Amino acid sequence: MKSLAELQAIKDKMKNKVVLREGINEFRVVVGMATCGIAAGARPVLNTIVEAVNESGLADKVSVSQTGCIGLCQFEPIVEVFEPGKEKVTYVKMDSDKAKRVAEEHLKGGKVIAEYTLSF
Amino acid sequence: MKELSLNILDITENSVKAGAGLTEIKISETADTLTITITDNGSGMTDEVLKTVDDPFYTTRTTRKVGMGIPLLKLEAEQTGGNLEISSKHISNFPDNHGTVVKALFYKNHIDFTPLGDVVSTITTLIQGHPDTDFLFIHIKEDNEVSLDTRELREVLEGVPLNTYEVIKWIEENLKEQYENF
Repeated sequence: MKSLAELQAIKDKMKNKVVLREGINEFRVVVGMATCGIAAGARPVLNTIVEAVNESGLADKVSVSQTGCIGLCQFEPIVEVFEPGKEKVTYVKMDSDKAKRVAEEHLKGGKVIAEYTLSF
Repeated sequence: MKELSLNILDITENSVKAGAGLTEIKISETADTLTITITDNGSGMTDEVLKTVDDPFYTTRTTRKVGMGIPLLKLEAEQTGGNLEISSKHISNFPDNHGTVVKALFYKNHIDFTPLGDVVSTITTLIQGHPDTDFLFIHIKEDNEVSLDTRELREVLEGVPLNTYEVIKWIEENLKEQYENF
């Protein structure tokens, strides 16, 4: 059973890290999580990105958050990637596999996947 | 929606947006019914807004507060022979006990019943996106119960955010283990 003692151990491990993490994010990833996004499959997209970012050691570099309706409901699930000094990248009609590629190639490799973007 | 758990995610997002500090998500099952009750202590809705939330065509864009979420849930409940009830106390009239209760009743054996789906994923998604608000989740079926209270976890975590990846993973595993014996 995942016990509170285990949670306590996680706390002890993370306590020191927390301060270091603040304010050093290079990428801000935002997933649309309104009715339109959820119905189109945003939940697994979000969870895949969160998992991929953390499993590949990008947690210090990338923050992942949720937002409401982005206003492009027919293109949901939508993932926006913000990077300081660069134009926002909007990935549309996402799924888990595409999310994995975005984490690997864009967030880790620094290369925008043009074919998934709105302008493509 | 493909799963009722997605409706739960969607409706609970409304609670968070209404400024709820605590949202209780309760699923209770009998042999032939499933009831979802989402209770929050957010700002609540005025009677005027409340009258329009289940009709997507009555509301206008500028005054829209809820959108398609409630009508979808209502449709999914009614197509099984069930129903949807909403009650709300707006902060302007109830400064001390405001909030909203959304209750949806489903008949599980009806052919048009939408399966509950991955509730665990819904709970972890909510906590990931809203680490500073509290969620109380309870799923009851006969004598069995699965539950999670972020207030209890917060106490143990002493300031470590609830959406820390390791914490989210712990929550996911904890709920999955509870469901193994459900």
